[in-house]
Amino acid sequence: MIPLSWYLLLSAALFSLGVIGFLIKRNLITVFMSIELMLNGVNLSFVTFAHQWHTVKGQIFVFFVMMVAAAEAAVGLAIIIAVFRARATLAVDRIDLMKL
Amino acid sequence: MNGSLHLWLIPLLPFVGFLFNGLLGKRLPKAVVSTVALLMPLAAFGVVLKAAYSMYVHVNPACAAPVHLALQVNGKLETMDLIPNGCGIYTELLGYWINVGPLQVNFTFFLDQLSLVMLLVVTGVGLLIHIYSVGYMKEEDGYWRFFAYMNLFMFFMTVLVLAGNALVMFVGWEGVGLASYLLIGFYFQKNSAANAGKKAFIVNRIGDFGFLIGMFLLLANFGTLDFFNIAAKLAANPAWSGGVLTAIALCLLLGATGKSAQLPLYIWLPDAMEGPTPVSALIHAATMVTAGVYMIARTHAIFDRSPFALGTVAIIGAATALFAATIGLVQNDIKRVLAYSTISQLGYMFLGCGVAAYSAAIFHLMTHAFFKALLFLAAGSVIHALGGEQDLRKMGGLRKKLPITFATMTFGVIAIAGIPPWAGFFSKDAILYAAFTHGTAGKALWFAGLVTAALTSFYMFRLWYLAFMGESRNPDAHPHESPWSMLGPLIILAVLSLTGGWVAVRFYAFLAPVAGAHPEAAPGDRVEAILSILAIAVAALGWYIAWLFYRQKSERPAALAASMSGPYTLLTNKYYVDEFYGATVVKPLLAFSTYFLDWVVDKAVLGGAAWLLGGTAKFIGALLQRWQSGNLRSYAAWLAAGAAAILLYFMVPWAMVGVFLGNELSRVGRW
Repeated sequence: MIPLSWYLLLSAALFSLGVIGFLIKRNLITVFMSIELMLNGVNLSFVTFAHQWHTVKGQIFVFFVMMVAAAEAAVGLAIIIAVFRARATLAVDRIDLMKL
Repeated sequence: MNGSLHLWLIPLLPFVGFLFNGLLGKRLPKAVVSTVALLMPLAAFGVVLKAAYSMYVHVNPACAAPVHLALQVNGKLETMDLIPNGCGIYTELLGYWINVGPLQVNFTFFLDQLSLVMLLVVTGVGLLIHIYSVGYMKEEDGYWRFFAYMNLFMFFMTVLVLAGNALVMFVGWEGVGLASYLLIGFYFQKNSAANAGKKAFIVNRIGDFGFLIGMFLLLANFGTLDFFNIAAKLAANPAWSGGVLTAIALCLLLGATGKSAQLPLYIWLPDAMEGPTPVSALIHAATMVTAGVYMIARTHAIFDRSPFALGTVAIIGAATALFAATIGLVQNDIKRVLAYSTISQLGYMFLGCGVAAYSAAIFHLMTHAFFKALLFLAAGSVIHALGGEQDLRKMGGLRKKLPITFATMTFGVIAIAGIPPWAGFFSKDAILYAAFTHGTAGKALWFAGLVTAALTSFYMFRLWYLAFMGESRNPDAHPHESPWSMLGPLIILAVLSLTGGWVAVRFYAFLAPVAGAHPEAAPGDRVEAILSILAIAVAALGWYIAWLFYRQKSERPAALAASMSGPYTLLTNKYYVDEFYGATVVKPLLAFSTYFLDWVVDKAVLGGAAWLLGGTAKFIGALLQRWQSGNLRSYAAWLAAGAAAILLYFMVPWAMVGVFLGNELSRVGRW
């Protein structure tokens, strides 16, 4: 049986990759994918603990997270397309109309 | 007497008049305004008369039993049940006000012989002056405003008089000050009137300060502000005298000198003549300015226990009487003569209080209200007739043109000069007699009073001769007699000025339960008779000199003034008291306010502190502003860093780190 810590390490690694990707990537789509990565990292730790403690609560959480992620993807991609149409760019640093 | 006297109606009715005229009067015709303004004091006067009848004329036979003393038992007010109503004393509890632990102050109205006399004077004379004002103010702008203020004054004055405790009295006290301020500054477009109003208000603040401190001392030492309870507590401790009682009495005296225009706070009253003449008659002669005398008489139980305070009252009274009379000698403004005369007569009342002849002082208060209101109203009639002229030097010969005003004014002049059988003689004589029989110092006080009487007679007849006798000194004037609404009150007051003094003996007997027995001369006492004759003699002397100066040889006053230019300048400049106060009080105060309060405290300390606080906030803001870069990913980075920091904080076992570090450090130390 694979020990608990391995799952958790993998989960942490996924999450950290997501954070780093979110921080350093300039392309909006990549940033968006990094968010998905973070969510899935968290999902993995939920499932791990659910398995460890023999409960279903963690898995229910995961379902919710996936659902939100799906909705977010739909809305987010729509926004991205709209932004691209309006600005002809997806570089995060140049989408700064809200800046003071 | 059965049932309630409804004392609360007495102040309330004028207050309704005030609200009505104050809120609606501007849009209503003058007839409606004056009807309401007259009906309200009339109704209040009616309530007073009914109370007087049911309390003192139609006396309850059950009153043969002695009156119980009422005290606050266990912090509860028991006066209502203990005093049999209608036996000289009547209390009306209108509502609870302050009820904090042992401190109990309620809205109580208190009627006894003293407050009844005051009420009759205030509502009676007040009503007459209201009637007079209808004629006097007819042509004025702000007719409705005038009557609203007058009714407001009646409201506060009756509250002051009816007050059962010092705090309710203070409400009335401040209120009449407000009404006085509003009415002095009635012609607010005139700078001098506005300034006079402010002066009256500010000078009175000094006196109110004394009154307040006196109340605090009363609370601290008696635990109550109720006049009846204070007197009862004093009666229960016959040995208690001096000490803190002197302090209380002196504080109350300071309040009284402010309101009653005595030395050293009299300076506001002459300036108060800027107000319309009926106001001068009502507020600054007959009623409000006597509030100080009333207050001393009301709290006389305290004054009686402090010979020092009583002596101070007497000396202030005598000094003021003499001082103001000398200034009155040379004034040329008809109203200013009367103003200084009022101050002087109030000094008499204080003198009476100071020699513990409270009933004589109140008697003089009453007769003075009659004849001084008469004098002011008659002077108002003269001013009205001459179209606003107030300078005595431009009058003269008015006796033919204004016969009724002349006749009534003559009654007033004779009454104030102290010639029997007019009212002023009896009350003044009673005070002088009380002073004379009051120990050795009393002789000096009596002498001051006697000299004042001579001066009073002189300056009043001087006014009389200058205004009415001889020929007119102003050919442009076309005087006309005043309307009957003005002459009616004049005639009534003239009758009262004549007859008001005849009730003297009964008056003292009536007041004796509340004001103490009047030192009555034994039958056949020569001293009394001699003093009376002396008083009449000096009054006649004053008249004679006035006749000599202003009737016989009218060039004499100018010659005398020229030969005694030093004293004359001193008097015409009113002893430079205003200038003296200006230099010693007002200027330093202004300098202190400007340089210390404004520059140092306000601008430097407060302004600096505000500037510093604001500056710091701005500086920190400027620093933090850079953080808010608008770069979305930098926000995300800070978010991640924050999350990481929190995680670090919870994950690292800080206690163990501490132990480890401590061990390391101690190892280093041992080295």
